[in-house]
Amino acid sequence: MKRLLLAAVALSAATLGAQQAPRAAAGRATAAATLIKNATVLTVTKGRLENTDVLLQNGKIAQIGKNLAAPAGAQVIDATGKFLMPGIIDPHSHSMSDAINEGSLSVTSMVRITDVLNPTAISIYRELAGGVTTVNILHGSANTIGGQNATVKLKYGRPVAEMMFPGAPPGIKFALGENVTQKNRATVAIPGQPAPARRYPTSRMGQEEVLRDAFTRARDYKAGWDDYKAKVAKGEKGLVAPRRDLELEPLVEVLEGKRLVHAHSYRSDEMLMLLNLAKEFGFTVKTLQHGLDGYKIASEIAQAGTGLSSFADDWSYKIEAYDAIPYNVAILMRHGVVATINSDSDERARRLNIDAAKLIRYGGLTEDEALKTITYNGALQLGVQDKVGSIEVGKDADVVIWSGDPLSVYSSAETTFIDGDIFFDKKKDLEKRQAMAKERADLEQAERPVRATRTQIPNEDDR
Amino acid sequence: MRGAMVLASTAASVAVSLAVSLPLHAQLGTFNPRPGAQGTFAITHGRVVTAAGPDIPNGTVIISAGKITAVGATVAVPAGAQVIDATGLVVYPGMIDGGTTLGLNEIPQGANATVDVNETGSFNPNVQAFYGINPHSAHVGVTRVVGITTVVSRPTGGILSGQAALINLAGDTPPQMAINPKLALVIELPRSGFGGRGFAAFLAQQQGGSTADANRTRQRQVDSLKQMLHDAEAYGKALDAYGKDKTLPRPAHDVVLAALLPALRGEMPVMFPADAASDIRAAVAFAEEVHVKPIIVGGRDAVAVAPYLKQHNVPVLVTSVLDLPAREDDPYDQNYSIPAKLSQAGVKFAISAGENSADSRNLPYVAGMAAAYGLSKDEALRAVTLYPAQLFGVADKLGSIEVGKMANIVVTTGDLLEAKTDTKYLFIDGRPIPLSTKHTELNAMFEKRP
Repeated sequence: MKRLLLAAVALSAATLGAQQAPRAAAGRATAAATLIKNATVLTVTKGRLENTDVLLQNGKIAQIGKNLAAPAGAQVIDATGKFLMPGIIDPHSHSMSDAINEGSLSVTSMVRITDVLNPTAISIYRELAGGVTTVNILHGSANTIGGQNATVKLKYGRPVAEMMFPGAPPGIKFALGENVTQKNRATVAIPGQPAPARRYPTSRMGQEEVLRDAFTRARDYKAGWDDYKAKVAKGEKGLVAPRRDLELEPLVEVLEGKRLVHAHSYRSDEMLMLLNLAKEFGFTVKTLQHGLDGYKIASEIAQAGTGLSSFADDWSYKIEAYDAIPYNVAILMRHGVVATINSDSDERARRLNIDAAKLIRYGGLTEDEALKTITYNGALQLGVQDKVGSIEVGKDADVVIWSGDPLSVYSSAETTFIDGDIFFDKKKDLEKRQAMAKERADLEQAERPVRATRTQIPNEDDR
Repeated sequence: MRGAMVLASTAASVAVSLAVSLPLHAQLGTFNPRPGAQGTFAITHGRVVTAAGPDIPNGTVIISAGKITAVGATVAVPAGAQVIDATGLVVYPGMIDGGTTLGLNEIPQGANATVDVNETGSFNPNVQAFYGINPHSAHVGVTRVVGITTVVSRPTGGILSGQAALINLAGDTPPQMAINPKLALVIELPRSGFGGRGFAAFLAQQQGGSTADANRTRQRQVDSLKQMLHDAEAYGKALDAYGKDKTLPRPAHDVVLAALLPALRGEMPVMFPADAASDIRAAVAFAEEVHVKPIIVGGRDAVAVAPYLKQHNVPVLVTSVLDLPAREDDPYDQNYSIPAKLSQAGVKFAISAGENSADSRNLPYVAGMAAAYGLSKDEALRAVTLYPAQLFGVADKLGSIEVGKMANIVVTTGDLLEAKTDTKYLFIDGRPIPLSTKHTELNAMFEKRP
């Protein structure tokens, strides 16, 4: 979470706007198979294929080639003059989240974003319309160790259970820097609200100590369980299992390499502190999130085997973002770091293609490299690279038809597929608008007499 | 390939500095290196996009003493001119963002002392953005190298926020930057909202008041504003009368009221930030009542009142293209398509990247997004060049490549609004601008770090 205050405003806005979201193009599969004909296919991992067909079948990319035959019953889409690319992966999102931060403690590894996902959030549909198909929904950045993440496919209109990315490794959010030390928070009470409490840690020194303390406890906890399991395996009887600890369990998974750490961080010194601490405790940080000063320690990040997910060019919004440069991702990639662009915003998520194009200007990336920062590299960072992130036979049919080159500002997403089903279709969206406008007008008309009555009773609802 | 691109852009900035003998120290250390001297320059063999008429596929632009002195396909290069070969490149007028806080707003969170966007109190017509602008803000260099040569930097907040300045993004001092330090007045009329009860209602509610209390508060604020404008009008009349007849008593100097006179005389437009349809209408009605020339800034719901705006000939500076649609059941492209719909409706408009000055450099991509959703490419370009100049009444000086205009020119590798396009040469006020910034310098410092 980049801007805590904004998140709070967004949350209250979400509460105010409790209207029913439109479901213009969501729904179950329209055809068993879809043949996309004659597109410029941006495979991302295997270059650009001109005038190429792609067959989506049973939720997978079944064939890629020229003059493919449509199976019986398949819908055929003529994509002449259009581009096909993998669905965009946003490695840092707070979409669908009805809550962001459990900020009362600085270690909240026990809480789960999965528990607060709203599958009808309109942000999902808007992101689909920007060609996004997979997002990493993270806990906020209030805590040194935040809650557990959710890797989600944006299957708008489906139950949350169907949106969870099957087989995606679990992850957890860590955070360092200003948001954790809360130096930017009001220190004076706002009228009508409780006085802001100070919570340990309030310095980067304290953050290191919180991490060290938590992982020391986790290591002991793991030793207790390992010992117990070993004795059980040996056939010892009458043992009492250690008490379960929901705070430490996820941290043990981190120590065992089963849970990916996504660490919000800005300054190079705090990133380096975390990488060294992780090394000491024997785990690898999967990604540094934001990591705006990552370019200052690119070699160290590469050496740690850690990825980094940054903004394309957002900067100067707070002190720790003042040395951010749009060359960050390019420098990191040239040092061998798996780097991505993320949104951290329901708004920005809709135009990650343009953010990727900026890296061509600022860092001299090739078009394929730029595309990787919003597709394949994100898949690597979330541990789902075998399923999504590129257009290859056998991968999930998460693809997007664009009106033109997605790296052009003049292009727009037209059809977004996830597992072979269409979840956004620009043409259908436009067709349904009139009907929706009429429905809205009818509702307003029906409401009018009620409103007229209300205005005769002044001010009663407002005390 | 990637190395080559970086080299090319470095080479370009070196090329400018060599070609025009920039002082060397301008290349070293400073985030916003100093512009070179004015002189005579010929940009030859480029595709010239004038924004005023048809493109010239293979054209020449002559710059002399800060002005554009010739443009065309068959223009002779004057003797002694420094020649910039723009073969394969595109020559554009510098972009203008009419809605920034550039130079006033370095680090909005956690470094309050770098923020000078608003003053204490509600009525500050005499407060000038010009006096808060930091010429050495890192935002200046970062913004201009994209081809944004000129911005309006405005105060925010209160009711009479103050006066916006029109500045070039080049110069060591505010006077060197300023084209017009007193360009426009900013009036933030108390808005509706929070269920139509006004922001004042929200505050009143916080303090235990009712809707009626809130509406009264809001009305009091509007009344105070009107009173101040009437006082200023009277002050102006008294000054005029005294000017004609020195036997009359001389009105006591009043810097606050004096600051309102140019707007009341129609010599200075008034920027009215307004997004909701009711707020836009209220601003237009207010402007007509007090006889000032309005520019709507924001314009989220401008499409809904487009016929009204056209009828009243009120232009909109659209800052909301990339904002999320306000209502959940709005079409997903509601805001992307605002400029296209205003264009279709015949409402005068321009596009701005808004108040966040670190983000001003994204202006071309905001216009590009409008073009992806219905605005023609030509209109999108004019929306960030000629149209903002027209909105603020400075199109005689800025906004296009035409003879006699200020030589604010950017030479690029391709379409100005594309994110991957790079800048090769930049002129502001006829001065060549080195293309290094805080960001290129940090890049150079760390890109090769082992």
